[in-house]
Amino acid sequence: MSTYNQSRSRVIQIIFLLVFATIIGQLINLQIFSSKYRIMADNNAIYRKVIYPDRGIIYDIKKRAILENTIMFDLMVIPSDTKGIDKVAFSNLLGIDTVEYRKRITTAIIKNTSVKASVFEALLTPEMYARLNENIYKFPGFMLQERSIRSYPYNTAAAILGYIGEVDTSFLRKYKDEGYEMGDYTGLNGLERTYEKVLMGQRGIKRFIRDNKGRLQGSFEKGLFDTVAIAGRNLYTSIDIEVQQLAEKLLQNKIGSAVAINPKTGSIIAMATSPSYNPNSLTGSTRRKNFGKLLLDTARPLLNRAIKGQYPPGSTFKPLGGLVALDENIITPNYGFPCGGAYYNCGKAVRCTHSGGGHASNLRNAIAYSCNSYFVQVFRMAVDNPLYANPQKGYLKWKEYMNNFGMGVKLGIDLPGEVKASIPDTNRYNKDFGGPRWNSCNILTLGIGQDRMTATPLQLSNLMCIIANKGYYYTPHLVDSLENETIDDTVYLSKYRTKHLVTHIADSIYSIIQDGMEDVTIFGTAGRLKVPGHKYCAKTGTAQNPHGNDHAVFTAFAPKENPRIAVAVVVENSGYGGTWAGPVATLLMEKYLNDTLTVESEKRVETFSKIDLIPKEIKRWYHRKDSIRVAKEKEKEKEMEQREDITPDSTTNIKNTFDPEAEPNRKENDKNNNPSTLDQPPLLLHNTEKKKKKDSIKP
Amino acid sequence: MSIQHNSMRVSQKTDTLIIWLYAILVTIGICCIFMVEYKPGMNVMQNILGGTTNFSKQTLFAGVCVIVATFIMLSDSKLFTAFANLFYAFGIVLMLATFVLGKNINGSKSWIPLGGGFNLQPAELCKIFVSLALAKYLSRQETDFSKLKSQIIGAAIAMVPAILSIAQQETGLALVYSAFFIVMYREGLPSTILITGISVIILVVATLLLEPNTLAIILTLIAAIIIFILRRQIKRQKNILTIIVTLWLVCVSIQRFAVPYFFDNVLKCYQSTRVYSMVGKDYDCTKNKHASNNTSKAVRKPDDYNVRQSKIAIGSGGVIGKGYLKGTQTRGKYVPEQSTDFIFTSIGEAFGFVGSFIFLLLYLLLLLRIIRLAERQRSTFSRVYAYSVVSILFFHITVNICMTIGLFPIIGIPLPLISYGGSSLLTFTILIFIMLRLDADRQMVLR
Repeated sequence: MSTYNQSRSRVIQIIFLLVFATIIGQLINLQIFSSKYRIMADNNAIYRKVIYPDRGIIYDIKKRAILENTIMFDLMVIPSDTKGIDKVAFSNLLGIDTVEYRKRITTAIIKNTSVKASVFEALLTPEMYARLNENIYKFPGFMLQERSIRSYPYNTAAAILGYIGEVDTSFLRKYKDEGYEMGDYTGLNGLERTYEKVLMGQRGIKRFIRDNKGRLQGSFEKGLFDTVAIAGRNLYTSIDIEVQQLAEKLLQNKIGSAVAINPKTGSIIAMATSPSYNPNSLTGSTRRKNFGKLLLDTARPLLNRAIKGQYPPGSTFKPLGGLVALDENIITPNYGFPCGGAYYNCGKAVRCTHSGGGHASNLRNAIAYSCNSYFVQVFRMAVDNPLYANPQKGYLKWKEYMNNFGMGVKLGIDLPGEVKASIPDTNRYNKDFGGPRWNSCNILTLGIGQDRMTATPLQLSNLMCIIANKGYYYTPHLVDSLENETIDDTVYLSKYRTKHLVTHIADSIYSIIQDGMEDVTIFGTAGRLKVPGHKYCAKTGTAQNPHGNDHAVFTAFAPKENPRIAVAVVVENSGYGGTWAGPVATLLMEKYLNDTLTVESEKRVETFSKIDLIPKEIKRWYHRKDSIRVAKEKEKEKEMEQREDITPDSTTNIKNTFDPEAEPNRKENDKNNNPSTLDQPPLLLHNTEKKKKKDSIKP
Repeated sequence: MSIQHNSMRVSQKTDTLIIWLYAILVTIGICCIFMVEYKPGMNVMQNILGGTTNFSKQTLFAGVCVIVATFIMLSDSKLFTAFANLFYAFGIVLMLATFVLGKNINGSKSWIPLGGGFNLQPAELCKIFVSLALAKYLSRQETDFSKLKSQIIGAAIAMVPAILSIAQQETGLALVYSAFFIVMYREGLPSTILITGISVIILVVATLLLEPNTLAIILTLIAAIIIFILRRQIKRQKNILTIIVTLWLVCVSIQRFAVPYFFDNVLKCYQSTRVYSMVGKDYDCTKNKHASNNTSKAVRKPDDYNVRQSKIAIGSGGVIGKGYLKGTQTRGKYVPEQSTDFIFTSIGEAFGFVGSFIFLLLYLLLLLRIIRLAERQRSTFSRVYAYSVVSILFFHITVNICMTIGLFPIIGIPLPLISYGGSSLLTFTILIFIMLRLDADRQMVLR
């Protein structure tokens, strides 16, 4: 019988072979011809972790760190590992109640599953950290995780240094080739923004193997493909933090700005804007709240007025008007104008503060006495220059001069958001006057820094640099050098190392202008302001503006010989330049040049910083806001009182709804109405149930 | 003295190649289980001694198996012929007892608790008993397997435990008993049954793959073509036409009614979903009778996570694999049930196509060797038994590996000698070693 069906043995063997061939065919398909599975496997199992390097530190001119990193700690929790810990003790340690504890654990589970670490409490205070660090071993599942945050040790220079923040989707779209990812931080303002690429360093990438629940199982291929994080490079700025602090102090209770530049290099020594804020308030856990507050403030503390404030320069413009005329050879320093207290040549009179004969007998005197008539005349001569066919062409030439001086153009400082202020174009006047029918008479107040002319404090201080340098300037900048500078960094710094020659006027003639400005400080409008030990040159300005009281403007440089500091100060709506802006400038120069202040000056700093020059409108806004807050608080108090009044005798008044998110601390005294276990958040219950089920699936 | 003599004879005539293959496969199995459980920094020695991990338990089981195998080799081969029917009866009683004593594990009530954490699955053991009983029945002198009656009795011997298994919600194990048709085919079951079986399988797969109307048109076309080709014969013999039309009707009704009925009413929702997901389709559970019974359960999403992960693990192995203990999918525990049903994925990932190919060759060698061994038996009992062993092994291997590479719906049956699991390893050990014991006495005619 066995021989009977022997052939069937062959059939069976062939069937076996065919089936195995099919299996091998499918294996060839899967393992050799389908590359997608490898990619899918990598997506499954390899976790790419970005290692953030420390951001670079920013130093001032004396190598003091003014923006650095500090370590703060987050309390992390892996909910699945916390079983059986002493919840009460732990909650007491943190100063929360157990209901809050459970709520946070639930939130962590919802957000990030129970097997992965989530933040339990972010950015612990130092005391809390100390307390936890001692006891954390008792609470498995909890750990402390380092986090590097930015800190500003001097609490100053907020507008210059800027801040970092998390990138948003629009940022990611804009810079999609630069490797940012959701959750990354980037410089959003100030130096943090401009030098983002230098400060951020190079992010490293570590690859880990992760399991089906996202837990890390160790490094992938022993770190063969990992890259090391390279720390950000440091910035060395020209800021003198003491001068900066002084500037900010002097501008307290005022709205305005002060900029001090080293004319020799264009390096900015101090750049203050007021009102300002403590930059440390924009780091750490309260950032969001504080940022919103600053954003809504009507005095706009986030606005860096030094580069964004546009003010009519007023009389501080006058030396520049002189320079243009001199360069065009329209006048000589000996040119005089017979001013009798006003300028009548264009019909309507332009008043002048002085009427004495000969106060405008030459350029030096005209500057010293700030003669309006003289500079209106000089401006008109420039516009009506017979070299050019018409006043429009003459005006364009004058405008070109202005742009060369850095007026009406962006200077190119290494801060984002600089404005170019305004030297109006002919189009603007054509519009004003219905075509090119205007002449120098129509726009004559441009000659004394009014009309449509505006400038930023930075531009004004740059003008001082040009005069101090007798004809050239370096683009104002904050960063002098980078750590480990390479050839690639010329992008950042080369433009600050080129000299801009603007006029072709002999040094001797510059000296005349400087003499005129020195006269201002001896017997002119700044006669009462001194810089102990130094001769200095200045020009005051009291700029009319449509917003209210005159802006006080003061520009100066010192010492007269071999100048080392050029300053421009604007105090909004305060009045005379010599009175309200002058002291700021001279005290800054004294501090910078002498490295200290005299006792007398210290006293003046104290008194001056207490003077309140904030316009009434803004004060009223603050008052209103405060009163709204007070009213709200009162209302709340009242409500609370009422509620307390009601609750004892309203036990019959049972609430039907209960929201554990909103009222996590409510005691359940209405149990009969809500039979479900309220102190146990429903989601947690569901989760443990699921867990149990899962456990029971496999024997 | 007699025992010693006996054992000497046995050791001389034992097929050493199969023992080697057995040992190699069991070792590969333990290594694979170790690979699945491996974590960097794990203290291997402590784990082996502690016996807490699966691979250490499997090592322990392998030790038990060595002892059992030794006992079998030392026993008398007549024992198995003598007790075959008794064993079978015992097995059926055990399976019936499961309904009373049964313990619910994984939703199937097929386990008898033995105490001490050990559970016995009688359906697993019954494979041995059925093999013996079938061998016994077919080797009877009065059995003429060319007769329909004998064929039905033979099929009944195999099918009784299968039906009991289905009643215990163990479809996978029940399917294994269909392997005995291979044995019966070898012993003279008409090949029309084989052809019919294959045709039905093709029809069912086609039903799943194609639109009902398209398939109906195709079937009609095939019928028309056959009629056209056979038009001369049909003229002579009218009943050929009747046969063709009847066949066509049967095919269409299977495709139209039987298959949907089977998936909607016989199979459970998850089983239908698995079958449909294998051909890349979603099964609508709301049509399923079982699903509507317990509406509390949410309607399942297409349940292809297992197969997807399994294919990812195997596919990512590439040609030469990622290396032992270096498989990311294995280490990340992405494949569910990887130490039991999906153990092949760890080989596929770690050793790639080359490794899988060699591994399959080992299995093929084992299977062909057993067939060779079967054919050299003098007694029908030994031959039928050996064929039973090879059929069961073949069925397990094919279904298990096809399931991991997405050629077969997921059925929870283990990979012989490799998968983690004491009862599975023990069952296959007993199966193989009884065969070896019988083979050692191949000169004898056992009945």
